Amino acid sequence: MDIITGLTIFVLAVFVGVEVITKVPPTLHTPLMSGSNAISGITLVGALLAGEGVLGGILGFLAIVFATTNVIGGFLVTHRMLSMFKKKK
Amino acid sequence: MFNIVLKPIVIAQQSLEGLEKPVVEAAEKVAQVVSWPQFSNFGYLVASVLFILGIKGLTHPRTAVRGNLLGATGMLIAVLVTLVGGHVSWPVAIAGIAVGTAAGTWFANTVQMTQMPQLVALFNGFGGIASVLVAGAEVLREAPSTGNVAVAGLAAGLAGLIGSVTFTGSLVAAGKLQELPQFRKPFSFPGQQIINAVLVAVSLLLCLNMMDGSGVEYILLTIIALILGVFLVTPIGGADMPVVIALLNSYSGLAASAAGFVINNNVLIVAGALVGASGIILTNIMCKAMNRSLLNVLFAKFEPSADGPSDDEVYAGKIKSTSPEEVAMLLDGVQRVVVVPGYGLAVAQAQHIVRELATLLEAEGVTVEYAIHPVAGRMPGHMNVLLAEADVPYDQLKEMDEINPTFSQCDVAIVIGANDVVNPVANTDPSSPIAGMPILNVSDARTVVVVKRSLSPGFAGIPNPLFAADNCLMLFGDAKQAMMDLVAAMKDS
Repeated sequence: MDIITGLTIFVLAVFVGVEVITKVPPTLHTPLMSGSNAISGITLVGALLAGEGVLGGILGFLAIVFATTNVIGGFLVTHRMLSMFKKKK
Repeated sequence: MFNIVLKPIVIAQQSLEGLEKPVVEAAEKVAQVVSWPQFSNFGYLVASVLFILGIKGLTHPRTAVRGNLLGATGMLIAVLVTLVGGHVSWPVAIAGIAVGTAAGTWFANTVQMTQMPQLVALFNGFGGIASVLVAGAEVLREAPSTGNVAVAGLAAGLAGLIGSVTFTGSLVAAGKLQELPQFRKPFSFPGQQIINAVLVAVSLLLCLNMMDGSGVEYILLTIIALILGVFLVTPIGGADMPVVIALLNSYSGLAASAAGFVINNNVLIVAGALVGASGIILTNIMCKAMNRSLLNVLFAKFEPSADGPSDDEVYAGKIKSTSPEEVAMLLDGVQRVVVVPGYGLAVAQAQHIVRELATLLEAEGVTVEYAIHPVAGRMPGHMNVLLAEADVPYDQLKEMDEINPTFSQCDVAIVIGANDVVNPVANTDPSSPIAGMPILNVSDARTVVVVKRSLSPGFAGIPNPLFAADNCLMLFGDAKQAMMDLVAAMKDS
């Protein structure tokens, strides 16, 4: 993949993000933030591919731990918050 | 007997033999067209779509839970595709995921809703440092992976820079929000902004150098960026934390995106861009809500104006103190009550008793609504979560723009633990530090009851003329205790 393809994907994704996110009502801004935070833990994919050699393995392991904490914690806590909104109809 | 058992098996075997050839042929054909890397990229595409649909689900409370689950499913698919298709070291992967899952579950289940901003800040930091480590591991790799080496190097530099600033900046923000003694006061020293500027310039130069860079430069870069993260956030005051968290959220996404450029992975680029966009939009909303520019938040101190009127000039002889019994009488026979919650309410855990008061009023046919200022709480939308925890129906939560024109038709506005967001000075005194900040126009209500411990000023450090207004009554006391007394008085009458 060359740099222009990568940049194209990045810029288009930013536009999609802006379009979708501006429609999120203020009531849901905190869940949005913790949910998107969990998504930023996608670095986990990179972390899984990172380890090579001893030093790489250590860095990779730490990266996996941090990213997994971010992902699991982020999605779980968002779910906890959202179930509170759901309870009362 | 023997036949009964065997016959179906034989038949099945025969039919399988017939099938075998076309299936194998078809699989071979597919394999000719789609290689494994392409297949895993397809998995990443599915994950990206699920992330977008997941955020889309958050545009309405009804679909929000499903949206979050879609996002989590996307993440699961991305991880599974990587585990199966990549050259993953299994023991490291399993051990890391096990530790991270345990830690994440523990954090998510033990956090209190008032502590949510700290947790989000902490997770932001974790995402940031993970990107730093991923880029670091890639830089250390003897044979750089596919793609343009210069681009990968530059991207690694950016991932290291943004990720490190996110990491230490988030830790400081979390410390401030947790009100740890080390972070209680905004910390700055003379020339800090110049030093920061130098640090930024040096790290950007090092980033450019990364295009043919080495591990040494990367380590130097991350060290500088880690220090920069601390220096950037320590001078910022507690009232500006909603902006800082939103901004750091954006950074954590950009770091993930940069890491995506390093390892040539689309799903990282897309997911990172989504988070980056989300963070910057929320940053913008928070800045607007405080009528301040982002630069102002980041580099200027929020100082109370020395020449403004003093407490005595504003309050002397004009404050009317009231009692729970009086307020209970006041609430007898009203039609519409608006509650204005501030962070003081949440800290005192008064949201449940407020909800009880609302139930009592509703039983008498009174309309109860909640006026939510965008910066009420410690992060965007935080107050909504805190009230949702107390089972307040979300359709009673009204945003500032919606409720402001209706305060004149409000019999009683009850302000609990809020101060600066209801200070009319924002509209009347152009020299005040909160001049131009959009506020809740509670003074338009027929009667205002302010529940507050004392006349002490809020974050902005200025007196509030609302408290001295003719239609304002002060109910001094702890938010929770005062509301409990009020509920008791209502039940007695």
